[in-house]
Amino acid sequence: MINLTIDGREIQAEEGSTILQAARNNGIEIPTLCYHDELTASGACRLCSVEIKKGKRTRIVTSCIYQVEEGLTVTTHSERVMNVRRLVLQLLMARCPTSEVIRELADTMGVKPQERFQLDEDKGKCILCRQCVEVCEQVVGVSAIGFLNRGADKSVGTPFMEPSGVCIGCGACAYVCPTGHIEMSENENGKERVIWGKTFKMVACKVCGRYFAPQEQLEYIGKKTSVPLDTLYTCVDCR
Amino acid sequence: MARINNLQDLNKRREQGMASLFPSKTKVMVGEATCGLATGAGLVHNALAEEIEKQKLDIMLRKTGCIGMCYREPLVDVIEPNRPRLTYSRLTPKNVPAFLNQVLEGNHKSKKPYCRIDEDVFIGNGETRRYFSGALPDDLGEVSPMSEIDFYEKQVRIATRNCGYLDPDNIDEYIARGGYFSLRKALSSMQPEEIIEEVIKAGLRGRGGGGFPTGYKWQSCRRAHGEVKYVICNGDEGDPGAYMDRSIMEGDPHSVIEGMIIGAYAIGAHEGYIYVRDEYPFAVNALSLAISQARECGLLGENILDSGFSFDIQIGKGAGAFVCGESTALMASLEGRAGEPRAKYVHTVEHGLKDRPTNLNNVETWANVPVIVGRGSEWFSEIGIENNAGTKVFSLVGNIRNVGLIEVPMGITLREIIYDIGGGTPKGKQFKAVQTGGPSGGCIPKDMLDLPVSYDELSKAGSMMGSGGMIVMDETSCMVDVARYFLGFLESESCGKCVPCREGVRRMRQILDDICAGRGREGDVELLESMSEAIIDGSLCALGGSAPNPVLSTIKSFRDEYDAHIRDKKCPAGVCKELTEHPSQ
Repeated sequence: MINLTIDGREIQAEEGSTILQAARNNGIEIPTLCYHDELTASGACRLCSVEIKKGKRTRIVTSCIYQVEEGLTVTTHSERVMNVRRLVLQLLMARCPTSEVIRELADTMGVKPQERFQLDEDKGKCILCRQCVEVCEQVVGVSAIGFLNRGADKSVGTPFMEPSGVCIGCGACAYVCPTGHIEMSENENGKERVIWGKTFKMVACKVCGRYFAPQEQLEYIGKKTSVPLDTLYTCVDCR
Repeated sequence: MARINNLQDLNKRREQGMASLFPSKTKVMVGEATCGLATGAGLVHNALAEEIEKQKLDIMLRKTGCIGMCYREPLVDVIEPNRPRLTYSRLTPKNVPAFLNQVLEGNHKSKKPYCRIDEDVFIGNGETRRYFSGALPDDLGEVSPMSEIDFYEKQVRIATRNCGYLDPDNIDEYIARGGYFSLRKALSSMQPEEIIEEVIKAGLRGRGGGGFPTGYKWQSCRRAHGEVKYVICNGDEGDPGAYMDRSIMEGDPHSVIEGMIIGAYAIGAHEGYIYVRDEYPFAVNALSLAISQARECGLLGENILDSGFSFDIQIGKGAGAFVCGESTALMASLEGRAGEPRAKYVHTVEHGLKDRPTNLNNVETWANVPVIVGRGSEWFSEIGIENNAGTKVFSLVGNIRNVGLIEVPMGITLREIIYDIGGGTPKGKQFKAVQTGGPSGGCIPKDMLDLPVSYDELSKAGSMMGSGGMIVMDETSCMVDVARYFLGFLESESCGKCVPCREGVRRMRQILDDICAGRGREGDVELLESMSEAIIDGSLCALGGSAPNPVLSTIKSFRDEYDAHIRDKKCPAGVCKELTEHPSQ
């Protein structure tokens, strides 16, 4: 076990764990936007920034990536940290003015919009947290979506923004999206699902008749797990 | 090309190289690095070739790299037996026939030489070769020796030792100037740890800008766990106005290759990569040819110089993203992924390319290595100043008389660089600032010109060494506009991964746009300062972490210009269009 201090409290944490994990395991809250327990942390949003002190040197690190070290002193809410978090939220409010999630988070942290920033109109609610791309690659394993362009023009989408040949319509990207940017809609009383410009036929549960999953998704699961398709055609509730 | 297995083979090649460096007949050499080609050196070369063919002249026509005097290009050198080497500047295809005739007749009727070189000092091994014996020919008394012209007097050329002296396509000429002898020394008589110790003692620091001690980096990589290790040469030079690495790759590719082989041996790597941006086609060509020659000679591949050590190099081409000069983004790009940096809490010397221990140095750093091994750490560490040993290559551009590539000992002052070497600002304009460290460096004002150039001093002044771009600005530059330009560059080059860099730099640039257009508000400067602080603290990589530097350093030194824009709605330099008064209106 590693001994460290977070906000004045002496804490023990497992070697290889991150500051964020150590803090949360001890009831110390650090806000995050791009972090997800099941995904590799990318350190993209920078909201979880904390100040660390090693010897005489202090610096700002992202707690979702930085691993605990013996004797480390961590401050989760110093002025320097708050200056970073404040700017991050103000920048995201200007990028995604329609996002309730961002506005509420800013409200709870007492961060007001920076009126000097011009509001974007073309970014929707996407804060580029990367969770959709990562879940598609790391959990689903199909990499149907990725990043396009760079800098402020960066966006998430399928290659050339055309309907993807590998997307299975599972909707994991939409479920994981923290701001509700990714649109997934159902047609004809649930018989079809539309996501990333592609329409998927939904399978009705053999038992209850509810349309519960796209055909492509069930076939993909069947291939990956060797569970017979016939079994998969029964929804989880009825199994 | 025959394989080189031992000292005898190497000496034989050295003799061949000497014969083409100091030929027994007339040799004409055109400076054909990108800078030369841009001014028409290729056309001059063709015209020379045509004329030589037409007149059936027995003259060797060769190309060479950039000797540094870009302000005088196209440059053509004439080497005749037992005569000083003569450098002619600003040749055009049109004056080639007359020029060749004067060479044949031995006069200076149509073109006076710009300077002469009496002796050639090989920095790689300390050897000196005179171009002629006895007294200087009478007709050349008025031509200045190159070593005495202002541009060169204070220069010490280690990394660029061969640029402009040899034909980069000719491996024998590289060997003749001391090349690959250091490799032989390393492989035949030094243990890897000894080499690392030498590099540490030499005090070589990373020339890509970070300034991390090279030897310690090598040591960490050598000690890192893992069977497979990599060495990488970062040739993704992307700073506007900077072309140090390009000139070395084009003008002396073997110096980089030799440095990498020595480094790989010291670290325990058998695979290397040179990452070059695809916008450097001549560098890619020069390196590709040099690599294939080195392979044919057994200097790359299995059992190098019959030592048992094996190592090979591949070229990886970048697609022109500035951020790919950042080591972790570069490695991602080499792996075929998008060029996005990752946090470096885990160092690349432990987990780098393909998650294996990886040692990355930039072109100029690698080019220094053979000289350190060849001449020893003591010799090297005596050049420069304490904690900042050796030299640094700069591309001196902007409002400066002598635009060019220079290599100077560390510790030289900015004033010496700008006034003695660079000849000051042209057209009688007042000097205003010099920007060092690339787009995310800082602007250094007039009252700091006596600052010695070193990693530590430039950082203290709010700028940085960076990779070596040095942009001189005179009174016609608006410093707010300059800050806006660099921020705009960084905004478009941000990879977009982390919020402070992707969004923050853009917002700062928008505020600067406002200020330049007369829409600046009270409090803007303070807002820019506080945003800068958060962006520096909060960004994922050094691109964002240093992006606010141009703004902070101009606010610090030229606050009055910001105030004039915001309060008086005036641009003192008369650059910002919206704020320039039109007398007719």
